[in-house]
Amino acid sequence: MIHSLFIINPSGDVFMEKHWKSVISRSVCDYFFDHQRKASSPEDIPPVIATPHHYLISVYRSSMFFVAVCTTEVAPLFVVEFLHRVVDTFEDYFSECTESIIKEHYVVVYELLDEMLDNGFPLATESNILKELIKPPNILRTIANTVTGKSNVSSTLPSGQLSNIPWRRTGVKYTNNEAYFDMIEEVDAIIDKSGSTVCAEIQGYIDCCIKLSGMPDLSLSFVNPRLFDDVSFHPCVRFKRWESERVLSFIPPDGNFRLMSYHIGSQSIVAIPVYVRHSLCLRESGSGGRLDITLGPKQTLGRTIENVVLEIPMPKSVLNCGLVTNQGKYTFDPVSKLLVWEVGRIDVTKLPNIRGTVTNCHFSALYF
Amino acid sequence: MLDSNKDNLKLEAMKRIIGMVAKGREASDLFPAVVKNVVSKNIEVKKLVYVYLVRYAEEQQDLALLSISTFQRALKDPNQLIRASALRVLSSIRVTMIVPIVMLAIKDAAADMSPYVRKTAAHAIPKLYSLDQDQKEELIQVLEKLLYDKTTLVVGSAVMAFEEVCPERIDLIHKNFRKLCSLLVDVDEWGQVVIINMLTRYARSQFTDPNLQDVDEDEESKRPFYEDENEVDEEQQEKRAPTLDPDHRLLLRSAKPLLQSRNAAVVLSVAQLYHHTAPRSEVHQVAKAMIRLLRSHREVQDIVLTSIAATATRRKVMFEPFLKSFFVRSSDATHIKLLKLEILTSLATESSVGIILRELQTYVAAHDPPFVAAAIQAIGRCASNIKEVTDTCLNGLVSLLSNKDQAVVAESVVVIKKLLQTQPSAHREIIIQMAKLVDSVTVPQARASILWLLGEYSERVPKIAPDVLRKMAKTFTSEEDIVKLQVMTLAVKLCLTNPKQTKLLCQYVLQLAKYDQNYDLRDRARFLRHIIFPADAESGGPTRLSKQAKKIFLAPKPAPVPESHFKDREQFQLGSLSHYINTKANGYQELPPFPLEAPDPKARDVETEPQVMEQAPLFTAKKVSSKKDSKFYSDTESPEDESEEDENSSDEDDDDDEEEEDSSSDKDEEEDDNEDEESSGLEEKLPKKVVKSNAKPKSDEEEEEDESDEDDSSSESVSDSDSEDESSEPSSVPKKQTRNAKPAKESTPVVKPKSNLDLLLDLDDGVFCQLISKVLSVIFCFQFLQHLLQS
Repeated sequence: MIHSLFIINPSGDVFMEKHWKSVISRSVCDYFFDHQRKASSPEDIPPVIATPHHYLISVYRSSMFFVAVCTTEVAPLFVVEFLHRVVDTFEDYFSECTESIIKEHYVVVYELLDEMLDNGFPLATESNILKELIKPPNILRTIANTVTGKSNVSSTLPSGQLSNIPWRRTGVKYTNNEAYFDMIEEVDAIIDKSGSTVCAEIQGYIDCCIKLSGMPDLSLSFVNPRLFDDVSFHPCVRFKRWESERVLSFIPPDGNFRLMSYHIGSQSIVAIPVYVRHSLCLRESGSGGRLDITLGPKQTLGRTIENVVLEIPMPKSVLNCGLVTNQGKYTFDPVSKLLVWEVGRIDVTKLPNIRGTVTNCHFSALYF
Repeated sequence: MLDSNKDNLKLEAMKRIIGMVAKGREASDLFPAVVKNVVSKNIEVKKLVYVYLVRYAEEQQDLALLSISTFQRALKDPNQLIRASALRVLSSIRVTMIVPIVMLAIKDAAADMSPYVRKTAAHAIPKLYSLDQDQKEELIQVLEKLLYDKTTLVVGSAVMAFEEVCPERIDLIHKNFRKLCSLLVDVDEWGQVVIINMLTRYARSQFTDPNLQDVDEDEESKRPFYEDENEVDEEQQEKRAPTLDPDHRLLLRSAKPLLQSRNAAVVLSVAQLYHHTAPRSEVHQVAKAMIRLLRSHREVQDIVLTSIAATATRRKVMFEPFLKSFFVRSSDATHIKLLKLEILTSLATESSVGIILRELQTYVAAHDPPFVAAAIQAIGRCASNIKEVTDTCLNGLVSLLSNKDQAVVAESVVVIKKLLQTQPSAHREIIIQMAKLVDSVTVPQARASILWLLGEYSERVPKIAPDVLRKMAKTFTSEEDIVKLQVMTLAVKLCLTNPKQTKLLCQYVLQLAKYDQNYDLRDRARFLRHIIFPADAESGGPTRLSKQAKKIFLAPKPAPVPESHFKDREQFQLGSLSHYINTKANGYQELPPFPLEAPDPKARDVETEPQVMEQAPLFTAKKVSSKKDSKFYSDTESPEDESEEDENSSDEDDDDDEEEEDSSSDKDEEEDDNEDEESSGLEEKLPKKVVKSNAKPKSDEEEEEDESDEDDSSSESVSDSDSEDESSEPSSVPKKQTRNAKPAKESTPVVKPKSNLDLLLDLDDGVFCQLISKVLSVIFCFQFLQHLLQS
């Protein structure tokens, strides 16, 4: 199982290490750095690196590498998933997960890691339980603790750990009982040059923020549940009820969590709300070119489209862009060669348009 | 600051020390000062000291021993969290000297009331095992008990320990198999992964291959794998359905809902379970869930795609409907793009190749050089796998030869070379066009490929080939090694087919190679020279070898078959580390092949039958366990002695000591009896009457036991503090209730102790300990009440 964990910042320093079994020297990370040097971008580093004696399994999140060291056979996805859970927990505790924040709260981080793994095997990963064991830091509590001398480590075992619903803490009380649900849908589409859709998929999530007292038992029904052909649930959802009645029945954890996510695959027809009409005029000599892009709504069922952002990765040879927009503003990052156009809301009467010249480029292809 | 009286200062100091540990700085010189604080009342200080201890105890074994007594005391703490964390630290300390103590602690904890402590005990087992391999037998005993546990919290950890300590003892699983299946859904996600992986192995060793008939039929009819698959399956499903073992079916059925888990690791482990053990017609159910994982983090994608790539080489149909999900996005990382290409090419069939090729054409225009190269290779693979499109692919590739990008041209040359080899029919124009490229292409791999092609098919282009050789001879010295080798090959081949024009050139090239820096080249030159131009002085005529030269060099060569390099991964369990890196990782457990005949399925039946019935048929098994018991007792004598010594040194908990002594004396007595019975058991089976008479009261006893257990657990869930502090809390009201409840039970042991001991023999150790402690606690209550009355 997981033997050690190293957290590495973008400049290649190991700034935190934790060992669950005997100590492994941090020189093992040199193999990782070798691969890092070879890779052109941080994303290209292979997630599993085999070294003579150890296996390094890493994830890359918020520009830090979390490298887990294993010595024996273990399902790699198990480790990867756990590392992501660690980062999620940090984000949950400190609201964001950066190098400076981890350094600032190293004691809490250490205590958390200690609770989450025992001998390399996950012990408690539910954030509700962890939060009862180790209280998340905030300014108010720090002051209160210094005054009263209380610690932010609990001395009793959270009762949730023992019950059948380990994700919910007990004794929750709110004066206002509220529950919020966010539906987030992402459409991934590949559109070819002529504008026809090559493939499109929908990935949707239901995120909840539940603040209800006691042990609420909720059920959520959908108007047309047949749409969900491929779903995954938070452990709190009762599988059987969903199988038989297509109703989500669950006792929610306290606070924020992702209730379900669903995937509507490429077989079904997916309507894409926006179309992009582009015209690119390029000069073969490579001294410059012209760019003209118009956006328009498509199959929106009368709803307005807001917060539109268009990202165009430019070829490496592009030096600068001189563009004019009739709506929103654009930025061009000459390092990453990314043109970002923040359009905002699409008005049907006046379609947003961006045009202008691109200096020193020879396009070979453009992807959206 | 560590010596200060105030907790605040101590805490601050500990925080700084932990900071040093976290940054990887050496903090071991502070060890003595830190160890002192292990007795601190402040829970946070204590925790940090624990963290520190675990990190450095291995280096400072002697000093670490100072802290042991504190842990021992904490192991008896009424608070389950403290018990558990004491056991955790105690087992993590890795000092060989304390092995017996840890062993004892694990045994106690394995019989603890709190499932959380039992879980910790399960975690401690592999720790102790890695510390001292000799304890294996004893640990397996404890583990067996933990595997019987019905709490979801414990089961996952117990199976994990099983995997680490004794994965070969598959017999321990038999009786728990059905329970594990039914609990699977409620176990925590990490436990699910471990359990499913273990059960996959179990299924492979215990059930017959569900696809056995299937494979036979396929072979008989020589049907291509992907054709008519569905029809075949439907037919066969009807035939096969009854042959599947009901337990096998249970496993598959209980694992299926987990495909909906949010945890990618769980989903993949279910997928591999289906891949390795399910009938072929059912495997495709997992495809959809695997596709869903592709929307997850980059690392998850990578691992899932690797698994899919390996699966897709064998099961095309499974992923065919999801073809479009593997289309590459420009935002993907390079290695993910490559994996997707790999999958796309494995999935290509006559019907889908059109779409795939169109995609591949777009990819060729991308900006990512390794990706473009892979895309061109993918086109080549599609072309050679599917005969219908070979010509179109070839034309497409030829058009790429005029691409501006050197790398693209080079890659296409290499691929075309391979394609032409598979089709030696006339492709004269292409060869001519490629010959022209020799002037412009600089990539050595491509130049070498062109030269090889010219040499191989020199009869088709009789005029061009010698000319190219002339040019190459001119620039020979400045070429790369790989090109030089091909120049020589070309020269020799031409020399054999067209000696008039090229003999001199050939001699010239070989002469140049003779003085090359590279020894490989020199060797090759020497070798070729002796075949083509045998030393005239010695034999005066052509040697036997040189007569055969034409046959040697111009023999028809088999065309290379481009294959997926994921093909050879079948030997490893899908989704395992070994599978990903394609070499055997440390501690990898081979997936056994299906047995031809299923082992006796009755081994798993035990659980469902009533207790009394169980004893008679299972007598042989009982015998084995009683044998182990004897070992177990004789082994524990020494640790017990030690623990007693320890207790003498710490004279704080008098009551506890009494308890211990009582129990140990009881144990001794019991041991004698046990041996007696054992010997009789070994000689021959006990008469049935004795068994029955023993069994009946015992079952009563156990029922009571169970009831009280249930009571306890229910009271625990209602209000934790009450049950935890049961023995120490001086409130008299609940005491009386328990007292009222217990006399009935107490009367049996007290009134006729002899028979009771007999009964206890059959109880396993954990129940026995619990019983003892309960009896003692009742006695304790009595004493307490007497005190109250007296006062």
